[in-house]
Amino acid sequence: MLRLPLFRAISRSNGRLTSAVCFHNSAANQQQPQQQPELIELFIDDKPVQVPPGTTVLKAAAMVGVEIPRFCYHERLAIAGNCRMCLVEIEKQVKPVAACAMPVMKGWRVKTNSALTRKAREGVMEFLLVNHPLDCPICDQGGECDLQDQSMAFGNDRSRFTDINFSGKRAVEDKDLGPLIKTVMTRCIHCTRCIRFASEVAGVDDLGTTGRGNEMQVGTYVEKLFMSEVSGNIIDLCPVGALTSKPYAFVARPWENHRTDSIDVHDAVGSNIVVSHRTGEVLRILPRVNEDVNEEWLADKARFSYDGLKRQRLITPMLKIDGKLQNVEWEDALVAAARALQDLPPNKCAAIAGCMADAEVLVAVKDLVNTLDSELLTTEQEFPKSGAGVDLRSNYLLNNKIANVEHADVILLIGTNPRFEAPLVNTRIRKGYLHREQNVAVIGPKLDLTYDHENLGQSPDIISQIKSGSHPFCEVLKNAKKPMIILGADVLTRKDGDKILAETQSLCKNIEKTVKTDADWKVFNILHTNASQVTALDVGYAASLEEVKKAKPSVLFLLGADENIKKEDFGESCIIYVGSHGDNGAQIADIVLPGAAYTEKTATYVNMEGRAQLTNAAITPPGMARPDWKIIRALSEIAGHRLPYDDLHELRDRIAEIAPHLVNYGEVEPSNFLKQVYELAKTTQGSFLPDPIDIKQKSLDQFFMTNAISRASPTMAKCVQAVQKQKQV
Amino acid sequence: MAGVIVRTLSVPKRQLGLLGQLVNNQQSRSYADAAPEGKKVGGPLADEDRIFTNLYGRHDWRLKGAMKRGDWYKTKEIVEKGADWIINEIKVSGLRGRGGAGFPSGMKWSFMNKPSDGRPKYLVINGDEGEPGTCKDREILRHDPHKLIEGCLIAGRAMGACAAYIYIRGEFYNEASNTQVAIAEAYQAGLLGKNACGSGYDFDVFVQRGAGAYICGEETALIESIEGKQGKPRLKPPFPADVGLFGCPTTVTNVETVAVAPTICRRGGSWFGALGRPRNSGTKLYNISGHVNTPCTVEEEMSIPLKELIERHAGGVIGGWDNLLGIIPGGSSTPVIPKHICDTVLMDYDDLVRVQSSFGTAAVIVMNKQTDIIKAIARLISFYKHESCGQCTPCREGIAWMYKIMQRFVQGNAEVHEIDMLWELTKQIELHTICALADGAAWPVQGLIRHFRPEIESRIKNFKGQKVAVTR
Repeated sequence: MLRLPLFRAISRSNGRLTSAVCFHNSAANQQQPQQQPELIELFIDDKPVQVPPGTTVLKAAAMVGVEIPRFCYHERLAIAGNCRMCLVEIEKQVKPVAACAMPVMKGWRVKTNSALTRKAREGVMEFLLVNHPLDCPICDQGGECDLQDQSMAFGNDRSRFTDINFSGKRAVEDKDLGPLIKTVMTRCIHCTRCIRFASEVAGVDDLGTTGRGNEMQVGTYVEKLFMSEVSGNIIDLCPVGALTSKPYAFVARPWENHRTDSIDVHDAVGSNIVVSHRTGEVLRILPRVNEDVNEEWLADKARFSYDGLKRQRLITPMLKIDGKLQNVEWEDALVAAARALQDLPPNKCAAIAGCMADAEVLVAVKDLVNTLDSELLTTEQEFPKSGAGVDLRSNYLLNNKIANVEHADVILLIGTNPRFEAPLVNTRIRKGYLHREQNVAVIGPKLDLTYDHENLGQSPDIISQIKSGSHPFCEVLKNAKKPMIILGADVLTRKDGDKILAETQSLCKNIEKTVKTDADWKVFNILHTNASQVTALDVGYAASLEEVKKAKPSVLFLLGADENIKKEDFGESCIIYVGSHGDNGAQIADIVLPGAAYTEKTATYVNMEGRAQLTNAAITPPGMARPDWKIIRALSEIAGHRLPYDDLHELRDRIAEIAPHLVNYGEVEPSNFLKQVYELAKTTQGSFLPDPIDIKQKSLDQFFMTNAISRASPTMAKCVQAVQKQKQV
Repeated sequence: MAGVIVRTLSVPKRQLGLLGQLVNNQQSRSYADAAPEGKKVGGPLADEDRIFTNLYGRHDWRLKGAMKRGDWYKTKEIVEKGADWIINEIKVSGLRGRGGAGFPSGMKWSFMNKPSDGRPKYLVINGDEGEPGTCKDREILRHDPHKLIEGCLIAGRAMGACAAYIYIRGEFYNEASNTQVAIAEAYQAGLLGKNACGSGYDFDVFVQRGAGAYICGEETALIESIEGKQGKPRLKPPFPADVGLFGCPTTVTNVETVAVAPTICRRGGSWFGALGRPRNSGTKLYNISGHVNTPCTVEEEMSIPLKELIERHAGGVIGGWDNLLGIIPGGSSTPVIPKHICDTVLMDYDDLVRVQSSFGTAAVIVMNKQTDIIKAIARLISFYKHESCGQCTPCREGIAWMYKIMQRFVQGNAEVHEIDMLWELTKQIELHTICALADGAAWPVQGLIRHFRPEIESRIKNFKGQKVAVTR
């Protein structure tokens, strides 16, 4: 039911029409300031309210605090207007109007609680329940079901449904949408939210309706997997129990769960989440609204990989004895580690941060390594050290902020696949593409990004060509008003990463010169894939992996680092692994110190735009595992280099000393030194390698298992299997 | 289908003025016959006043034959007179939409006649005639296609449209074929295309066939269907005159409305306006079916008494006028009226509204006393249940529920209080949906309960009696 031609036609025509079909509110807000339209006055239940023309009755009512019930309407999706629950009476009109779709007119007196309105709601409620099964006691939506709630609030209190022929209610065959979404289609009330989400936000046009009238069904027609990286959101959107979470099926009732606000760490977006848990077990993860970051969506990896938190966990400290890791007590492990740290010459102790390390452990390890006279601190995903390096934040942030991605008119993606590296950035780009005629181009392999884009090729030389103006895409960039260039963090790990970075920065500089952008509009952006990366760079993990290898450190700390690290490279080192999962890193370790996962600690993470956010401890770490920074603190004391903080507050004070923005939670410090970054980029030497720019995650099956938690998750394994099976069909 | 679904008016109420109130507002229905002075009754129609002179296909329907009957005569002059002249002629004629809603055509066409914002404008002809009982458009499409095509050009000129899409019901294979042939002929003769008729106006006509869904006769569903999507009505506003086919300003009109336009322009709006009662002027194709001796489609003057129409053209009711039970006057979605009303009622918009029915498409379905009226209405509901698009809750769930109850009423296996419940149910469905299909399904049931309640009650009583007899 996505009516894009209609939408586009309206957006091209005059303002009156634009307002007739309402876009998402932020879209409307964007257009308002230019026109400064006169406000219209109307009355909601005799309360006067002034709204801009084109506001729907439902929104106008919300402004004076009158909530109109709805099923099909969702503020982030196109208006369908088919559930008819939001019918309200307008004085002097015979027909009740659908509040969700009807733009207000001057002087209207809307009655949201009149006899006619109540009767219309009651009628719709009754019709919805006629064919809705009475299986609430075994329905997973129970307790958070819109149909239940609204039937209580607006429905009739008795049934008129007589079925003396025992013909029963409508029964609909369940659809198989894959390992994540459980369907009970008999419960469907045909609000089409899932269909609209799939075609508008997810960009996968697989869902639709078949049949008509009472036989209408929501489904994929040909049974197939719902191949989307944000598919889980249709579970939240479904107002009834037709679409529920398969892994969470029959697990718990929402009122039995404790809810802890937290942050997702599976990608660098920093999506806000709620961790639902009970008796020390994470039961499910839901998104939390944050307009600046994830709106109200959540990627499937963040939502469903929580069962990986219970598997492959490190629950006791371990020591390598006779070539085999064996369980030991904390004391033995810490003493062994402290012994390795004794009498080290300078630059013989190193640390590599993994993709989910938090600011607390990063600072503690940095302090410890620094006291041991070493600067060998790096991240498993390297960042070029030339040019501005890690000295200026503008050099490694998504400077323009995630929310602004949708406002760009031209986006050039270099060596990144945002669809899988940061799904919620991709939904922003798609939004811009749908509603603002955004132009997108990619330098990299052929990708399915869910929106049309131009593939400029795979050679890094294209960046230089665009810079010099010899490439046709240069014209597009020049004519843009709000261009953005997004560089993938992964492409910077190439040998010529520094050159790519410098060349892109000098391209951005050229564009900023020709295009007169606003002062706070940033063209140069980096899209990170690891949740810990920005934090690590912020606190000064500035060495390169190569330097660490060359230094042949006697002691090597792995802070959950599992990628790119081989035992051969550190043959003489004593490897101390601090982390939550028994993955690649723990296998090569000599000492394993079990840490906490992100749901088990209160920790700071900084997302790709530089926004510091806090996770909260929902449950306690399993077994003998402890929050990571405490382990380092304990070790430092035994090793005789006691770190000067005893609790989290003191540690946070120390973090604030190093980087004050890391304790300014929820905010983004503006990054203002792009000019200097561009200047420093000139110092970078070297040339491009001939290899084409490649991207690790090209298809959906490569999306699901990218870190220790998701690799341990059986649900994610099922997803990979399902996608691969679907591909063969 | 040109069905009564089109009844959802395509203009906001305030633009309708008084007339809109009359058409739309059920409570004020009884005022509809605040009869203006003028002709009190219509018919019979003189032969020289007939517009559709090849209604029965006895003559050549192709271009040559059509021109012999006066089609395409001085079309160039009419087109050259310009939009305002044409719209004025249509306004003077008092022509009202023939698709069921009866909206004044002159006013509707004038909504399109605004300065362009760069988008093209389209005329869409609704030939999706699917309403049970209605069979007028097919006669035009197969026997007089040139009248329609000429009408497209003139109506298109009046609106400033660049092209017309004729949407023809999928089942009408031969009709679509004839229309297509006629269009080809017109193109070859230079009557369409670039510089149509030598008037300097460029105009194209396309034929689009439906796929057999009644709902595609609703104007916005029809637009969706032409665009290649599922035929599901769109929300209004925006109205098609603002955002219609392919996002451009569009007017959807019935085949018959457009087909009479050339004759009106040639003979003058006042000629057309003098036929029938004021506000109900002109001639109309009536389809008379059911229990009559000679079912037929006939062109007659508006406001002809229903009884005269049946006796004169359809050979009377089978078994005589006294054997009449009731008549559905305007296609299946209009409420049935019983014999005592049929005796005096006139066939026009206002008089049928007065008796709580509707003129619809003037498809008269006659039922004599041998009819099981409950079963007949139940069958109609089964049709609407099958044809509901399933978008809106009241229509999707309500009509199916209504059908379940109606099935029991046919046997009498129900309680008397359920009649009131059914009445309430129709009120819950009516006016609560995006389009008017649900209204069209609710109204026949309302007509049944309004006029034939004793029939339902006696059947329930009989059924109970039988059950008692069996148990004894």
